[in-house]
Amino acid sequence: MAFTLFILLIPLCVFLLLALSGKRLSAGVTGVIGTLGMAVVAGLSCFSAYRYFFVIGQSGGNFPALVPFSFEWLRFTDTLSIDLGILLDPISVMMLTVISTVSLTVHLYSVGYMRGEQGFQRYCAFLSLFTFSMLGLVMATNIFQMYVFWELVGLSSYLLIGFYYTKPAAVAASKKAFIVTRFADLGFLIGILLLSYCTGTFDFGELTANNGLLVIGSTTGMAFLGLSAASWALALIFIGGAGKSAMFPLHVWLPDAMEGPTPVSALIHAATMVVAGVFLVARMFPVYYFAAHDVLMLIGYVGAFTALFAAVVAVTQTDIKRVLAYSTISQIAYMMTALGVSGFSGPDGLGYTSSMFHLFTHAFFKALLFLGAGAVIRAVHSNEMSRMGGLRKHLPVTHVAFLVACLAIAGIPPLSGFFSKDQILDAAFHHDKVLFVALWLVAGLTAFYMFRLYYNIFWGKERTYEHKPREASWTMLVPLGILVVLTAVTGFFPFSKFISSDDMGYAAGINRGVAASGVAVALIGILAARMLYRKENDRPAQLAARMGGFYRAAVEKFYIDEVWMFVTKKVIINCVARPLAWFDRHVIDGVLVDGTGRLTEKIAGSIKGMQSGQVQYYALVFIAGALAVAVWAIYI
Amino acid sequence: MIPMEYYLTVSTLMFFIGVFGFISRKNLLAVLISIELILNSVEINFSIFNRYLYPDHMEGMFFSLFGIAISAAESAVAIAVIINIYRTTQNIDVRQINKMKN
Amino acid sequence: MGTQIAFYTLAAIIVVSSILAVTAKKMMRAATYLLFVLIATAGLYLLLEYEFLFAVQLTVYAGGILVLFIFAILLTSANSDRAEPGDRKKIVSGLVTALAGVVITTLVTVKHKFLYAPPVVTPENEITMEKIGHALMGTGRFQYVFAFEILSILLLTCAIGGILIARKR
Repeated sequence: MAFTLFILLIPLCVFLLLALSGKRLSAGVTGVIGTLGMAVVAGLSCFSAYRYFFVIGQSGGNFPALVPFSFEWLRFTDTLSIDLGILLDPISVMMLTVISTVSLTVHLYSVGYMRGEQGFQRYCAFLSLFTFSMLGLVMATNIFQMYVFWELVGLSSYLLIGFYYTKPAAVAASKKAFIVTRFADLGFLIGILLLSYCTGTFDFGELTANNGLLVIGSTTGMAFLGLSAASWALALIFIGGAGKSAMFPLHVWLPDAMEGPTPVSALIHAATMVVAGVFLVARMFPVYYFAAHDVLMLIGYVGAFTALFAAVVAVTQTDIKRVLAYSTISQIAYMMTALGVSGFSGPDGLGYTSSMFHLFTHAFFKALLFLGAGAVIRAVHSNEMSRMGGLRKHLPVTHVAFLVACLAIAGIPPLSGFFSKDQILDAAFHHDKVLFVALWLVAGLTAFYMFRLYYNIFWGKERTYEHKPREASWTMLVPLGILVVLTAVTGFFPFSKFISSDDMGYAAGINRGVAASGVAVALIGILAARMLYRKENDRPAQLAARMGGFYRAAVEKFYIDEVWMFVTKKVIINCVARPLAWFDRHVIDGVLVDGTGRLTEKIAGSIKGMQSGQVQYYALVFIAGALAVAVWAIYI
Repeated sequence: MIPMEYYLTVSTLMFFIGVFGFISRKNLLAVLISIELILNSVEINFSIFNRYLYPDHMEGMFFSLFGIAISAAESAVAIAVIINIYRTTQNIDVRQINKMKN
Repeated sequence: MGTQIAFYTLAAIIVVSSILAVTAKKMMRAATYLLFVLIATAGLYLLLEYEFLFAVQLTVYAGGILVLFIFAILLTSANSDRAEPGDRKKIVSGLVTALAGVVITTLVTVKHKFLYAPPVVTPENEITMEKIGHALMGTGRFQYVFAFEILSILLLTCAIGGILIARKR
């Protein structure tokens, strides 16, 4: 399996090539290089998935974790060292296929979508950098390597959100994304250090071996504020994951990140990077389950709350990309909740399996939604729902693709979203009824806001456009087609046979009762949306007026941004930053830095008269000094 | 036999007379003469210690020998410099050679 | 007894001439007193039975360096032959330093008990020209060919440098 190294190296080489050649390559050649490179990576990823699941996996009955490549990078102590390597296990191989496939479609789509944009070469280079970082993240053998690539995906996300760097909103959004996730990563880093301090290793294999025995053994007796050291470390690590995966209240960066180009939103802020937090928790799942079950419960509740919260906000937004962004937050929170309610081993680990399953299917249908939205935006030159309507006649292919994606995310059988969502609901039902009800509500809301979006764009009021909207070019439609197929068929994968919490595989069926209730609530949502938005009418406005304050609060995203602004601008700046700035300016700079300079100047000023240039005077001082030293050495 | 301390006293006197001349004289050549006195006294000391303390060795003597050679080289260069200074300033007073200062 | 007389005579010449050399107003006289000092020093070497050093002292110092001094004095004597009286402050500080140095050094010399036998020159430790030649040209322990060669280069450099500095432009 050593060829998997090329999965990492090819995007890196493409990035270096495109970044170094810059504008010397034409946009067309750049697109071809980027897409071809990604096609090779996607092929290799699928081949490695085939080899892993159907050749290696079939021989033993379980799925072993393989490390085909690893070398020591930094050694700290006898036991603690940072390695760089490649880890292949069910979830990393699954992630490889997801990332490379979505990345391939996004590359191809970008060739059409970004036609004529300034700096397409830069865009492609960053996209390759992102793909490289994301692949490195999922294949990391140890938590520190993961952290390195974790920061790299943060950087490439920052670069791509700020792609339109002449637009102030994009610049602000990129900074916001970077700062918020970086803030969360601080928690991640502290968690890593705490964990490695206790266990003396970074390696995932050693951490998760024997049901997290190492973590439990090394942290017994260590506690702080009533929580064990393991809980603290894992909770801090989860904060890092929550930042990347936009969990409440660290979700504020993701809606703003939609300022980036739409394919970027599809790739980074819907399908791959934002699920890194889910992936992180899944990667450490045995440790969470056995060493810090309280943190796992916290993850479940945070996830459920975020899912509900984001779904409510999504209902009220009018910018279509923002609706999709809140939908993404909600769906990722779904995955988090699934991990939170999961048990361990065999059918008990349904939450784990379903979380990964939902990650897998969500990547495809959410990328499809974003790419479809991109085609719509490209056709009408606006993000606002109010500027759209009746587009089904102008954009027939996009319409079908978008409808398939909406049905999938709403959880209508036989599309993929149904299967994964049903498994999550099933897992929640057996674990915690409160969480189940929350998720069930979210399922209804999801269907409602997705079809609100769908009807507003493709039905609703027929309007006349300045430019007649035209269907997108084939480079944009082919990716849509690929994703439609994937969205339709991936639900039939026997996912639980391959991915399970104990890597043994089992058969998971469909719980008919739960499935029926999920589909029912989704249908209710769809019908409600159809009633309100299919034809233009004043019912939505009336409903909004009746909701009053709650509606306004939801439109304003429940003022979370304002709370953060208050916390940072008023509290942190006034209470922390200003005193620190004063301390820096007056004590560090004033006393220590400038003071040293002034002191030197004073002393120099007072003794520079001695430097007369008169050699005889120097000789006198020298001899007198030598005599003084002699006297001191002999008599004292 | 003459005690070693007698020799040492002579060289000490010579050394500090040289020091006095170095500090007090204004003429560059006089300063150079003082330096020669200092060097000469040091060379005497090397020879004395060699003869009295390690009569079977020759290191002190060779040190004196090399010292003489080095003082020859040093005075050759110094005199060249002094002549050059005299040619440009018509003067070899220590205190008035301050053109390079500042 | 003869050596005693010789030593006291040489010591007296050295001390008096040294004082005169650094205090003489006329540079020509200062150079002459320096010559006396150097010749008397050569005499001390002879008393210590370093014949080779005696010869070198006479040829290099008295014969070479002093001639250089006299040339320099003659070349630069236009108006500095009769130097103005020295700076009083400098003279006093130099005097004080020199006296303090003499006192301290003499005290150290006297207080320290040197352990030595009266030096006797035997055929074994007599410094013959052959021994000096071997020591200067050998590479072993207590042999100085490296220092010798370095010194040759130094002298060559100084000769070239002296010419470069002093030549007319």
